[in-house]
Amino acid sequence: MKAAPFEYLRPASVAEASAALGRNGMTTAAIAGGQSLLPMLNLRVAFIDLLVDISRLDELRAVTETPSGLQIGALTTHAAIEDGKVPDLFGGLLRRVAGQISYRAVRNHGTIGGSVALADPAADWPGCLMALGASVRIAGPSGARSELVSDFVQGSYSTSLAAGEIILGFELPRPGASLRWGFAKVVRKSGAFASSIAFVVTPGRSAPVSVVLAAAAARAQACPETAQHLQRGTATDEALRQAIARDLAVHVPDADAYQQRLHTATILRAIRDWRAQ
Amino acid sequence: MTEITLHLNGTQAAHTVEPRQTLADFLRDRCGLTATHLGCEHGACGACTVVLDGQAARSCLQLAVMCDGRSIQTLEGLRADPVMEVLRRHFHESHALQCGFCTPGMLIMGRDILQRYREPDAQTIRHELSGQICRCTGYAGIVDAIVAAGREIGTATR
Repeated sequence: MKAAPFEYLRPASVAEASAALGRNGMTTAAIAGGQSLLPMLNLRVAFIDLLVDISRLDELRAVTETPSGLQIGALTTHAAIEDGKVPDLFGGLLRRVAGQISYRAVRNHGTIGGSVALADPAADWPGCLMALGASVRIAGPSGARSELVSDFVQGSYSTSLAAGEIILGFELPRPGASLRWGFAKVVRKSGAFASSIAFVVTPGRSAPVSVVLAAAAARAQACPETAQHLQRGTATDEALRQAIARDLAVHVPDADAYQQRLHTATILRAIRDWRAQ
Repeated sequence: MTEITLHLNGTQAAHTVEPRQTLADFLRDRCGLTATHLGCEHGACGACTVVLDGQAARSCLQLAVMCDGRSIQTLEGLRADPVMEVLRRHFHESHALQCGFCTPGMLIMGRDILQRYREPDAQTIRHELSGQICRCTGYAGIVDAIVAAGREIGTATR
């Protein structure tokens, strides 16, 4: 339960951090809150040569509301979002998601950037940001780039982040006045890893419905069949169940009977939550 | 080895640490502050909870080297804290501990709950305490103690 030795560096700028993270011949890792990385190091399921402390880089801290939406710095903690310190353009969705992540002592330090960078299949933020159509802003040795979170997250603990790249933050497009969302999460004990998470979001009156299922497969996945049924607005529960089954057959083909019932129930709960708004 | 300076229980402390040393090991082994207990060492049990820059933190999930320049309060440093004084008395009166292993974390989290919620009810407390594990009490006494402490503080400040 003690981490193996590593070197530690606290760079003063994003450029310095990027250079350190891209060092040849070294296994490096960026640390912000460390609430997932430190258990992995303590349990020795992750091994690194160099730990790069990005927790004091102010460029990763800014939260800005713009005409086009909301920019959230990568270092924003779950607790800051839970406490409403981030402008809520999404009718309380961000606060509700943040407040159910792990435990308060972890939420005080764990960051949204770290959650997406790690891309744990059971994490809340990748799926939430996907459902909101958010992009991730990245700085690296070859300059800055931006990518949809749905493209950035590639698989279990796998993203498009290249050597020397750092997540600066996220851009969440401003929703319309008729935003509606639903969220459902199944955990055996509050704060534990989720066994199923579903988001249903309509960002505006004429905008398409987005349905995202997380904690079911290697990465959070859109459920287009279910979304289409909701879009038409006339779906019966039975037709919805069939649409969900078709989405599950694609995304979670190896789900056993229990998991199929679980994910179906989670998506249906999120839909009820969405309909109630 | 890296030099760090931190504000520990109100006093400035300078130390040299190995980067991999957790704040929990640093507090116990280097500073002799053994109220901070280590159960799981991966963030699951909550026994090592301390206050870092005013916010509750798992000290097994913080590196000492990352706390350079930061302020840390352990249970030892909260002896004279007014909320802790009330909470400690109610832990005693409600039989909120048996073996005492989880108690430092329970007290620090209990204080955190009372700072964020005014007169919290048992349901709120149970939810907020879900990250602290106790294997003796069944939690009933702990929840009762925090409810009672919240009422006493609420009445005094009404």
